[in-house]
Amino acid sequence: MDDELRLRFPLTDQDALRSLRAGQRLRIDGQVIGIRDATQIAMFDRGEKPVMSLAGAALIHTAPNVRRLDDGRYEKICIGTTTSARMNRFTRGLLDQYGARAIIGKGGLLADSLPVLQEFGGVYLAICGGAAALETTQIEAIEDVEFEELLPECLWKFRVREFGPLIVAMDAHGTSLYETVRDQARIKLEELSARF
Amino acid sequence: MPTNQISPAGGRAAPADAVYAAVEEAAGQCYIRALKELPPDVKAALRSARDAETDPTGRVLLDIMAENIAVAERDTNLVCQDTGTVVFWLEVGEDCALNLARVTAAIRAGIARATLEQSLRPNAVHPVTRQNTHTNTGRHLPVMHYEFVPGTAEMPGDALKLHCLPKGSGSENMSFLKMLIPADGVQGVKRFILECVVEAGPKPCPPTVVGVGLGGTSDLCTALAKKAVLRPLGGHSDDPVIAALEDELFAAANELGIGPMGLGGSNTVLAVHIEHADTHITQNPVAVNLQCWAARRSSALVTPGGHVTYGF
Repeated sequence: MDDELRLRFPLTDQDALRSLRAGQRLRIDGQVIGIRDATQIAMFDRGEKPVMSLAGAALIHTAPNVRRLDDGRYEKICIGTTTSARMNRFTRGLLDQYGARAIIGKGGLLADSLPVLQEFGGVYLAICGGAAALETTQIEAIEDVEFEELLPECLWKFRVREFGPLIVAMDAHGTSLYETVRDQARIKLEELSARF
Repeated sequence: MPTNQISPAGGRAAPADAVYAAVEEAAGQCYIRALKELPPDVKAALRSARDAETDPTGRVLLDIMAENIAVAERDTNLVCQDTGTVVFWLEVGEDCALNLARVTAAIRAGIARATLEQSLRPNAVHPVTRQNTHTNTGRHLPVMHYEFVPGTAEMPGDALKLHCLPKGSGSENMSFLKMLIPADGVQGVKRFILECVVEAGPKPCPPTVVGVGLGGTSDLCTALAKKAVLRPLGGHSDDPVIAALEDELFAAANELGIGPMGLGGSNTVLAVHIEHADTHITQNPVAVNLQCWAARRSSALVTPGGHVTYGF
């Protein structure tokens, strides 16, 4: 699509995402870091620090289907995206302590992540959940892995090309499309209930 | 003489071991087929949703869903990375002589083998230690439901039909039960179902199939909600009162504006399916089980001779 932005990760400018606005669409090149519930519980609750840098990173909520090769590397089978809300409480730590700037997932983070995104110039990017076969074709390689004992919930470094489209669903200006949609749905629910 | 050769009442020969090997193979194949190819009725419903969608972002997302289905078929890859919690619904013909304990063991073995051979993501963990079994089987897994049915033109009375539902966690986490009371009326039922759709919002990967269990006891009600998810799209309850309720709730849910992936739009649900049971004079339980747009299911009809026919 001609109205899609293109961004490369990791960012060289930590403030590069501040100008993005909810509703914009984009695609990503470079690297995306896979992360999940168990990974973040290890990092934040047990204080296990990964070697991999997350500075300026785009993170994605995933636990992929992979095959371990004889040389210890991993081959992709099917990589998709999971529901983000479960991992909401780690948003501040990821942006503040680790310097991550984009979180890719489905279903959104909760409203209390909005001020964190504002403070650090971060965004939440929505991907189409369940569209893993397509997503897998946009991942060129698995370049690195940590926390292998948590398989499949490891920390994964993916090399991606034209990854997306992604939709800016929560921006650094306090807007969440999920909040807007939910507020309207609640009003509609009351209207419908009155008709029953 | 091996014990499995003892004839049951009626003089029919008991099934040979080969049929249980066929069930094991069928269970594994059912699981893999469900993960890789969506049923035609689901694809048709998604196409209709795309044609009707009013929101530009919603149209982009429905296009990605269609493209993803095509890529999965082209690459024989999984539609979604979440290989789910495996649920089986068995239709057992009334004259079926298969030993259901052996059938159940064969299904478990088939799922474990498919998981290991295909490197499917293992999802089954202990609820406290979170220790992964790495086979997608475990204590009480796969989930098994059994139903005894008369023979039909599609399914002979001596056959067994496996229905496999790999249930993704994004939508399964959006499961609800409310023990309504008679005074809540049908209005209470309608409101609760729509509240669930609003509460779930973007999380179950809408547009969803809304599986509703209505009546019975709490356990039956939630099982019926799951059974409702298995029903092919485009049909209705055989009870006209319930069928009308399905239509009314389908239209109402799509007025909520939640849209594809919860980012807004005119397609929030692909269908509302209600399975009902009679209930107690003081009760009116309602259960909601949501199913994501990647509404995966597959079936296998197994004859006593071990012949298997796959379907959706």
